[in-house]
Amino acid sequence: MSLCRLLSHQAFDQLIARLNALGYRCIGPRVQDGHLVYSPLARFDELPRGVRQTQVPGAVRLHATDGPRAFAWANDDQCLKPFLFAPEEPLWAFEKDADGIWRSRDIRPAPEPMAIFGVRACDLAALALQDRHFRSDPWYQARRQQLFLVAVHCTHPASTCFCASTGDGPQAQRGYDLALYETDAGFLLETGSPRGEAAVAPLELPKAAPERIDEAQQEVAEAARHQQRQLPPADALRQLQDKASHPAWADIASHCLSCGNCTSVCPSCFCYDETDSGSLDGRNATRARQWGSCFAPEHGRMAGLDVRTTVAQRYRQWLTHKLASWQDQYDRPGCTGCGRCISWCPAGIDLVAAVAALASPHE
Amino acid sequence: MNECQLDRPVTARVQARIQESGSIFTLRLALPTDFAFVPGQFNELYLPGVGAVPISIVRAEGRLVDHSIRAVGRTTLALSALKAGDSLLLRGPFGQGWPLTALTGKNLMILTGGLGCAPVHALILELLARRGDFGRISLIQGVRHADDLIWRQTYEAWSSRGDVEVHLAADNSSPDWPWHHGRVTTLIDLTGLPQADTRVILCGPEVMMDHAIRHLLDTGYRAGHIWLSMERNMHCASGQCGHCQMGPLFVCKDGPVFNLPAIQPYLFREGI
Repeated sequence: MSLCRLLSHQAFDQLIARLNALGYRCIGPRVQDGHLVYSPLARFDELPRGVRQTQVPGAVRLHATDGPRAFAWANDDQCLKPFLFAPEEPLWAFEKDADGIWRSRDIRPAPEPMAIFGVRACDLAALALQDRHFRSDPWYQARRQQLFLVAVHCTHPASTCFCASTGDGPQAQRGYDLALYETDAGFLLETGSPRGEAAVAPLELPKAAPERIDEAQQEVAEAARHQQRQLPPADALRQLQDKASHPAWADIASHCLSCGNCTSVCPSCFCYDETDSGSLDGRNATRARQWGSCFAPEHGRMAGLDVRTTVAQRYRQWLTHKLASWQDQYDRPGCTGCGRCISWCPAGIDLVAAVAALASPHE
Repeated sequence: MNECQLDRPVTARVQARIQESGSIFTLRLALPTDFAFVPGQFNELYLPGVGAVPISIVRAEGRLVDHSIRAVGRTTLALSALKAGDSLLLRGPFGQGWPLTALTGKNLMILTGGLGCAPVHALILELLARRGDFGRISLIQGVRHADDLIWRQTYEAWSSRGDVEVHLAADNSSPDWPWHHGRVTTLIDLTGLPQADTRVILCGPEVMMDHAIRHLLDTGYRAGHIWLSMERNMHCASGQCGHCQMGPLFVCKDGPVFNLPAIQPYLFREGI
């Protein structure tokens, strides 16, 4: 059992101040328009205290209670992805010089150090996946190096959550600078990196009693046991590659709107499109990238060949890549069990149910 | 080679523009520095404000690089309008090229269709430069219409060398077409190459490659002796943007040239 320190609500504010003093802009989940959105965070009491969350296929709803906790919900709507892999960003500027010759210039972000509070285990695991995919991407890496992560072990999974079955949660396992257990009275704090330790050392937080740590860990373990959905193990998911002609694809496609919500909220989806925009006088242009989606008709379109013309093919591409061929690319499935694709699907399509349907025998 | 290359595009000047056929043109580009590549690799060409396209490298010498392009989409139509002195931008080279080492000492069948002749052009130049290192070399190029054949004089020059067999075929041709009528697949048997000792280089439209591979495998060629070049919608050319995935493969960096067994499970399957 690692060393745990007590972090009272008052000390939480000191931690924010300390991180500010170290140059970090602090970000935490706050309620905006009925949703949990990462926003600038100055004080503990700005966090969503008493807020509970219901996630079911096709819906995410918040409820106010007078409970004392700030993290008594499963996950926010955004995950970490937009902070690192920007939804839209310029890559290069093209300009005509005095002789009318096109020249290029790098456009690189200059991100400021950022500390994010309330990171979930599922999203830390997805971050590790994106870290691998974008390991040589200068734009991603510039932001990644400035990130300080404060995880909160999850005690209130939603009905859509299945991180326990993917092995990624609800306990944050690695990749954080600090991790918190939340209790009614405050937090227990663990450090996960030398940087995290250096950040909290001056706060001289008291050591937590072993029985408090035990209780907090029990609560997270209980949360794992209460998860209603389970994804089959990685080896079983590999078999999706042999299910290309299963009739369930067409059944799912008859509901799927091909809207791309699932790929937008997925913390590991990495596809992007590059596009050009030019000035009216034709002397300047920007090459930018935007999040792409394998549900978009353009995703596989070339001159003379449209790789995936039907919604069934696109859904099959998404699910088969995410759960099966991802394993060949990065040694594990690309799903960390956050459940967002289920709750954010306007048709309520359930990834776990889809996998079960595809496991059934067919001709 | 770096695994991920997201360096900014460099300026390229159009030194010459050659109209090869009704819709195919070649841009000879001058780069700021000498250009090194492996035959079979490709570049990304950027026309600011319009778009970018992945295009195979037809040849390169010193700072000059040739790309042969069919004007068919927004970006290639705009590229087609360029003339000598104009500029564009270029990133590359990208991807895995043809396996020169595995070809050494073997008979070679180079089987192409349509503009599939472009990604093998640099390979053919390399083979001819080291002609003694290879056995028989049989070039088969097929086009839909006789008018689609490009590089007619080049094929004639190769044919007249005496150490390269050239077979050309057109699905539709006029009486003055001096070569074969019909599909390229019918020419495979005509070469009389010994299956076990021949390596096959394949590039063309997917339907043509599908038929060719079936025929090759049916007639005793081994899958491991066949290499093919794939075309996909590549944006980043660095295995990141995800557009070119076939199963777990990123065509841009794991290909575009694949040994057949590596890509066979994902090949010519609808929607993959």
